[in-house]
Amino acid sequence: MRNIAGLLFAGGLAFLLLVLASYLPYGQTPMFLGDAILAHAPGEVHTANIVAAVLLAYRGIDTLGELSILFTAAAGVGLILGHRSLRSDSAGVNGAVNSEQHSGFITTRAVDLIMPLLMVVGFYIIFYGHVTPGGGFQGGVILATAFFLPVLVRPGTRIEHGVITLLEGLAGSGFILVGLWAMFYDQPFLQPIFDSFLGTGPLGSLWSAGSLPLLYLAVGLKVGSELAGLLVTVSEVPELSETNISDADDINRK
Amino acid sequence: MPAIEVVLYSGAIGLSIIGLTGLLLLNNVFRMLLALVILESGVNLLLILSGFRLAGVAPVILPEQLSNLSAIVMNDPVPQALVLTAIVIGVGVQALGLAMILRIKAQYGTLNMLKIREQLEFDLAVQSGVATPVSAHSPVSLASGRERQLSNHKDEQ
Amino acid sequence: MIWIVSIVVLVMLASAIAVLVLPNMIAAVAAASVVSLALAVLFALMKAPDVAMTEAAIGAGLSALLLAMGLKRLGLWQLED
Repeated sequence: MRNIAGLLFAGGLAFLLLVLASYLPYGQTPMFLGDAILAHAPGEVHTANIVAAVLLAYRGIDTLGELSILFTAAAGVGLILGHRSLRSDSAGVNGAVNSEQHSGFITTRAVDLIMPLLMVVGFYIIFYGHVTPGGGFQGGVILATAFFLPVLVRPGTRIEHGVITLLEGLAGSGFILVGLWAMFYDQPFLQPIFDSFLGTGPLGSLWSAGSLPLLYLAVGLKVGSELAGLLVTVSEVPELSETNISDADDINRK
Repeated sequence: MPAIEVVLYSGAIGLSIIGLTGLLLLNNVFRMLLALVILESGVNLLLILSGFRLAGVAPVILPEQLSNLSAIVMNDPVPQALVLTAIVIGVGVQALGLAMILRIKAQYGTLNMLKIREQLEFDLAVQSGVATPVSAHSPVSLASGRERQLSNHKDEQ
Repeated sequence: MIWIVSIVVLVMLASAIAVLVLPNMIAAVAAASVVSLALAVLFALMKAPDVAMTEAAIGAGLSALLLAMGLKRLGLWQLED
């Protein structure tokens, strides 16, 4: 009964959406907001990448809210998985076993060689986010992956969460501080700042966009440290070995 | 007429409907998380489609375009910025769901949603002191309670 | 152009159905990663390079890594059957 109702609902929704989509003008969007932003962004914000201008200048408070949502998700994961009963029972046993199971010489050395290159790529994508496609979110994900790869090939190593948390807090407060710095110039919160040091280059150069690269750096470090903390927290949950599974099945059968 | 718009819209709507159907019909909690990921992807594609222009170029100004900026048609940057943040939030939500699934597996030892619901209702009944005549810690009462609830389910169906 | 888009959409929808019906969980996670990769190609074809980069880095990389680690911790990491 539940399956039939679900299928009917999904089919009806698909029909409704297809009918709605057939009325949409494909390829001729009436962009009221987008046209204004496209016309004004090169003169006002001096970014070559207009998506970066929308993310950081026109909708900067949105990005701040997005960062706080990500922080809430990471805090929820830490709260759920940081429970003592989930971690303590096999941290001694499984950790000792796992530390002997390294991933082999070739994988370990290759990851050690790749990790700094990935870091460079991540920071390049962050710093040139206002000039080329890319930016804090993409570069932050690459930074998180680069940080996590050496942990992945050495199972059983303990990571200090303090460094990740400190970096995360510094990046988040840096974003807000750059926003407050605009108020020092009698501008609204998170307004891009152009002074003699930050905003002198021509359109398309690194020093062209005022304080936007600083904001993107803060976003990149924040996203990178949040996602790295998520990955490390999930990786610290003990793995279910075969004996554990059979035990659980026995309990279920009783 | 297999126009490109039909293909793209049916792809986006089909992806959303497949994810929604998975969420409604599946019983495995982990597979429901995968269906949620697919649903998110379909909605993102639909949002990007709403800002697409036929003659549009990417909203990045190239150096050779600087002389005649007003003649260039660009895609809408606002949905692109929205989807950019939505993808990053999506992976956070996904990690939160995965953490909940890990806790459920550690607590109940199963991933079947119906079994989890039965055990959850049984635990709630035990904790609130409703309809559990014997002690909750004995396995006999657990099994009998589960069997009783199973028979209840069969009766309803 | 239309042939490329049609093939990519077909691959995307087929792997989305495969996520729901494949019995092996590792194959299901890999199919979810294929959906994200095809979606990144579509975003790039629709002139949204920022979104394509994000989808390729997160959907096909980090999300698959997270789900695979979750599989290992759930005891569902079984290569045979």
